[in-house]
Amino acid sequence: MRSDLADHQSSKTLGARSLKRRHLVARLFKSICLGFTLFAVGVLGLLIFQVGADGLPWLDWKFLNNFPSRFPERAGVKSALYGTLWVVSLTALIALPTGVLAAIYLEDYAPKSRLTRIIDINIANLAGVPSIVYGILGLAIFVRFLGLERSVLAGALTMSLLILPVIIISSKEAIRAVPSSIRLAAYAVGATQWQVVRFHVLPAAIPGILTGVILALSRAIGETAPLIMIGALTYVAFVPEGPMDEFTALPIQIFNWTSRPQAEFHELAAAGIIVLLAVLLTMNALAVLIRYKGTR
Amino acid sequence: MKTIEKAVLEARDVTIRYSGQAAVQGVNLSIYEKKITAIIGPSGCGKSTLLRSLNRMNDFIDHVTQEGEILYRGTNLYGPEVDPVEVRLHMGMVFQRPNPFPKSIFRNVAWGPTINGLPGDINHRVERALRQAALWNEVKDRLEDSALNLSGGQQQRLCIARALAMEPEVILMDEPCSALDPVSTARIEDLIFELKESYTIVIVTHNMQQASRVSDYTAFMESGKLIEYGDTDQVFTRPKQKRTEDYVTGRFG
Repeated sequence: MRSDLADHQSSKTLGARSLKRRHLVARLFKSICLGFTLFAVGVLGLLIFQVGADGLPWLDWKFLNNFPSRFPERAGVKSALYGTLWVVSLTALIALPTGVLAAIYLEDYAPKSRLTRIIDINIANLAGVPSIVYGILGLAIFVRFLGLERSVLAGALTMSLLILPVIIISSKEAIRAVPSSIRLAAYAVGATQWQVVRFHVLPAAIPGILTGVILALSRAIGETAPLIMIGALTYVAFVPEGPMDEFTALPIQIFNWTSRPQAEFHELAAAGIIVLLAVLLTMNALAVLIRYKGTR
Repeated sequence: MKTIEKAVLEARDVTIRYSGQAAVQGVNLSIYEKKITAIIGPSGCGKSTLLRSLNRMNDFIDHVTQEGEILYRGTNLYGPEVDPVEVRLHMGMVFQRPNPFPKSIFRNVAWGPTINGLPGDINHRVERALRQAALWNEVKDRLEDSALNLSGGQQQRLCIARALAMEPEVILMDEPCSALDPVSTARIEDLIFELKESYTIVIVTHNMQQASRVSDYTAFMESGKLIEYGDTDQVFTRPKQKRTEDYVTGRFG
């Protein structure tokens, strides 16, 4: 009792000790956060600087327009760039409708049953499965069983499997964020479930859905393991002209170059990384743009 | 109660359970044409649940089961051949918190009639509904503005207009003023009183002054049971039940 009273009185005089200590802890925490942030940004900056210094001299029109070659000065990423664009476009075409429709079903239509919960949990688990496992699955199902060989289509289907959980989860979250009061208001003026979804839920959820989709596709662009697993080629001297053609992709080409002994190829790999980053940043910029337009 | 009044809605022995737990128990209640019926009672007494059963809004709540009948002009709203979407065309609803669509003022009112293909010129319909809701003069020059830019009271009147545009027979109001300031509340009470000319209104409220000011009939509920139902004057001045008297005189609890 007495010590309580004493504390109470000392806190009334200005410059109480405990307050000073608390401020000190607060400042210390802030400095630690700042330190770690600077460290992370610094490492990233160093990495980008290194890649830029190595790769930029090689980056020109010829690099984008040439096929790979055993002579570094003639080598380019044309087939890899086209392969990546092919795979990503097809993946988007497959995974976007599948994922969004699955999310709508799970969120708005599926009964809130045990089965639905089990499906939900398993989708969340699938999002954490290593990508190489999807590669093995793709090899078994698409390449061998369905006989798609090492085609763009087999690659895109494998990538779709890989990013579907991410798309479903982010779409579900965007759909869940639409307030239920809006749904009820729509039902109250005689809307059917389809009309509620079509005119209220989807328009409100689309910015969130598209952001998730584009981030998932960005992940697909950088994936190498599943593509190597399904047997995408490392040396391709042609551009795929259809979904059944063989292909290579940017990360595979980069990996191929870094594993060669000559220093020139390591610099070519850096140039390839810059191209990959450019494609990635373009897609992320698109995501930001869509989100900005949607929330305005 | 005068027997010449025509009952539009009749609850017969209605029991509503959430996961087995009864929220409304054996309620019998008649709602009369072009009258205002207030349902009062302490929080959690089941008055909102009962109200939502009248336009089948409880369908959207998980694990709700219902027994008994709700008769609308003789047809059981829970009969197997009844389409719940059609039920809601006859019973408009105004919610506790203003919930306009995040769209233009015009679209808010026009959407219901449009998707249901109601006849007539949509512009006239929107104007009529907004006039009835006493909102037209404030918004007529900015119908394309977002409804979210309106004040809370205006938003609630917009929600009333949205319900009126469907030209329902009954309007169900679930504590429509509980999120509003006294001035907005007074405006909406005046509005409710005027709407009695053309609509049958059921209003759930925990504001007893509001019930006594606007309603013709008052139902008092407690713990899911209908304790007393009668003329508003009688319920507030000469309640038959001791519990009703305790509640309306503020000696509750």
